[in-house]
Amino acid sequence: MAVARIEAPKTAQRGQIIEIRTLISHAMETGYRRDYLGKPLPRDIITGFTCTYNGAEVCRAVFHPAISANPYLAFAVVIAESGTLQFTWTGDNGFTFTESAAISVV
Amino acid sequence: MRDRMTRGSRRRFLAAAGGLAVVTALPLTAAAQMNRTQPNNMPQVIARLVGQSKVNPGRVRLNLPPLVENGHLVPLSVTVDSPMTEADHVKAIHVFTDKNPLPEVLSFFLGPRAGRASLSTRVRLADSETVVAIAQMSDGSFWSESVHVVVTTAACLEEL
Repeated sequence: MAVARIEAPKTAQRGQIIEIRTLISHAMETGYRRDYLGKPLPRDIITGFTCTYNGAEVCRAVFHPAISANPYLAFAVVIAESGTLQFTWTGDNGFTFTESAAISVV
Repeated sequence: MRDRMTRGSRRRFLAAAGGLAVVTALPLTAAAQMNRTQPNNMPQVIARLVGQSKVNPGRVRLNLPPLVENGHLVPLSVTVDSPMTEADHVKAIHVFTDKNPLPEVLSFFLGPRAGRASLSTRVRLADSETVVAIAQMSDGSFWSESVHVVVTTAACLEEL
């Protein structure tokens, strides 16, 4: 089971641009490596990431095998009102993981 | 007599050392050529992305360390100069490399809700190579920056 870490401030001022840092545990097997018998290891990566704020999409990413193991992604979000950021990762072999973080406007 | 002997042996030693150098240098260059990755189809992939548009240099800042010890985990960050308003914002940031097995690294789609066009992540680099970041603006223009990175330990070469 994957573990995700989100670094986001709990409070923000209205209209403030905040930085969100996300990290999820995943091997990101490229599909280019071989095991000790020379058999190719099948690709198993996270291919997609989406961040929404109160249901509206903030940003979306498409990952390729060149993203390191345990994908890290940091980006910015404008906080217009109090709400919930939702993060969704999807990947090969039906991988899906969701995490959320609440931010209140002070 | 003695002088000539030492000169002779020195000459022989130098000849032997030279021969040894050639013998050891040959497998090294062969190994270097085997490990050298071939350029991938990055130009074609970028051409497919931008279509008929021109890719302008500027407005994009791509930050990567110039010398990387471990190609498995290379910090990469991209920022694009843009007001990020409804009328004028960055629609997407694409990152490519020219010697990884696949040219694509990451595509990041954003809009005015992001407030600032910036991202940072960690990537794998298979060789000393050029990394290119291309920003696609809401007006349809493309801007880019490329950085050459020297990698001492490459990703993708090891086996389990």
